[in-house]
Amino acid sequence: MKDILERARGIQKKYSPFITIADEVESGRGKLAGMAISVKDNICTKGMRSTAGSRILEGYIPPFDATVVEKVKKEGAFIIGKTAQDEFGFGTFSVNCAYGVPKNPLDPTRSCGGSSGGAACLTAVADFPHIAIAESTGGSISCPAAFCGVVGLTPTYGRVSRWGLIDYANSLDKIGCIGKTVKDTALLLSVIAGPDKYDSTVLRAKEEDFTKYLKNSVKGMKIGVPREYFGEGVDERIVKVVWEAIKKLESLDASYEETSLPHTKYALPAYYIIAMAEASTNLAKFCGMRYGLHLQLKGNYDEYFSTVRSEGFGEEAKRRIILGTYARMAGYRDAYYLKALKVRTKIIQDFKTAFKRFDVLVAPTMPVVAPKFDEIAKLEPIQQYMMDILTVAPNLAGIPMISVPCGSVDKMPVGLHIMADHLQEGKIIHVAHSFEVNR
Amino acid sequence: MESKEYWRIDKKLVERVAKVARVKLTEQELDKFSKQMESILQAFKEMDKVDTADVKPSFHPQELKNDWREDEVEPWKWIPLANTKHKEGKNFKGPRIV
Repeated sequence: MKDILERARGIQKKYSPFITIADEVESGRGKLAGMAISVKDNICTKGMRSTAGSRILEGYIPPFDATVVEKVKKEGAFIIGKTAQDEFGFGTFSVNCAYGVPKNPLDPTRSCGGSSGGAACLTAVADFPHIAIAESTGGSISCPAAFCGVVGLTPTYGRVSRWGLIDYANSLDKIGCIGKTVKDTALLLSVIAGPDKYDSTVLRAKEEDFTKYLKNSVKGMKIGVPREYFGEGVDERIVKVVWEAIKKLESLDASYEETSLPHTKYALPAYYIIAMAEASTNLAKFCGMRYGLHLQLKGNYDEYFSTVRSEGFGEEAKRRIILGTYARMAGYRDAYYLKALKVRTKIIQDFKTAFKRFDVLVAPTMPVVAPKFDEIAKLEPIQQYMMDILTVAPNLAGIPMISVPCGSVDKMPVGLHIMADHLQEGKIIHVAHSFEVNR
Repeated sequence: MESKEYWRIDKKLVERVAKVARVKLTEQELDKFSKQMESILQAFKEMDKVDTADVKPSFHPQELKNDWREDEVEPWKWIPLANTKHKEGKNFKGPRIV
């Protein structure tokens, strides 16, 4: 066990996937006995610093475990540490980090993706049994999994309890898994999914053993290929690699057909408006009084709260708070927030229509491979947001999705994104596993 | 708002919103954010092209029913003041109100 902590510290020196590494670890008995579990920093761990990657939560030591953490501990796993992320999940490249930027293990001059960048980075390099608990709001599991060449599973919204999660956007946040294999993610999901008396929004779906879906054959599976995910803005070389993967699935006796999700291009603005509006309300509670960053109590409450928030939040957090507040303000709310929620309905309808015909939909996970840090520095905020064009729609619809490595471009991994209808995690695990073992 | 002016943004408006959100911005940040927000909102304008008459808003991805539990009294396991530096006795100490 001591050896694992030493190895974790060695990995930290090279790639910085952690914000905090455990001081000591102890394994128990159960389905995850001997397994190191890393936890994204926005998920509370009892006695272990949890900052959501933000300075405003500097030094915060939760007095309780999030439900997912409690569940993995009960099954014999130990928490190896907290993984780096964009502040509160605000980013696609894990560069908006208050405590160090994780580096892509395949090329340290490149990003790990975001916002669960540390989780994917550690999964790619860990030379000990490890699975990561990650979280996605608009693509924060799929994106880093694709960029680091590992598997990222985002469950249906409400499948996993969010109790103990430091929220970004309540109607979008989903806790999920990043692992080296589809099997690892299915195993972890089996442990963390299920109802929880502390989360009233969790679905009443029964607990399941998702490893039973690890089947080797996709015979008879109907796959839909949405045209909009292969068009403008998507690297042609990635399109080619993903089509090869689709042909591979066809050679394994699945059938495919091209289809259309007509509202795809409206998903990006709808997503950002909803996410920012919800974020601006969630972040209202951080005021430097009860936990996290404290300053000397000076001035009246308005002056003190404004000062502490200005010091504690990073630039992207401030931008999103302001945009989100604006979108909810009297006079603007209907034009932005309500409009975005209606567009979301259209997007959900697109998916529902498609899933009447198809078992799963497949697409590239990301439009590009992991970019270099110097390229990211040149991007304007709107250009960074555009990188999420392929992940925001399924996240808005709250459907389950999995990113599985399917090839490479410029020696960097490409992810195949497999999506299914609500609560059909079994289907994405089935197709992803078949693809993985038959590649 | 018929002229769709809500997609336009200026420094004054950003300043007002920042005040509402309790975030202090420097002059430099104000300039930068105003320009960036203008271009972000211009790009988001695309959404106006979707006909959403008679479409219901989706506050959640699926229609959720709250899964209530019995409201039973449980002993408080945590120490509420454990993470604060601003306390006096058993109370949080906050900034003055006026």
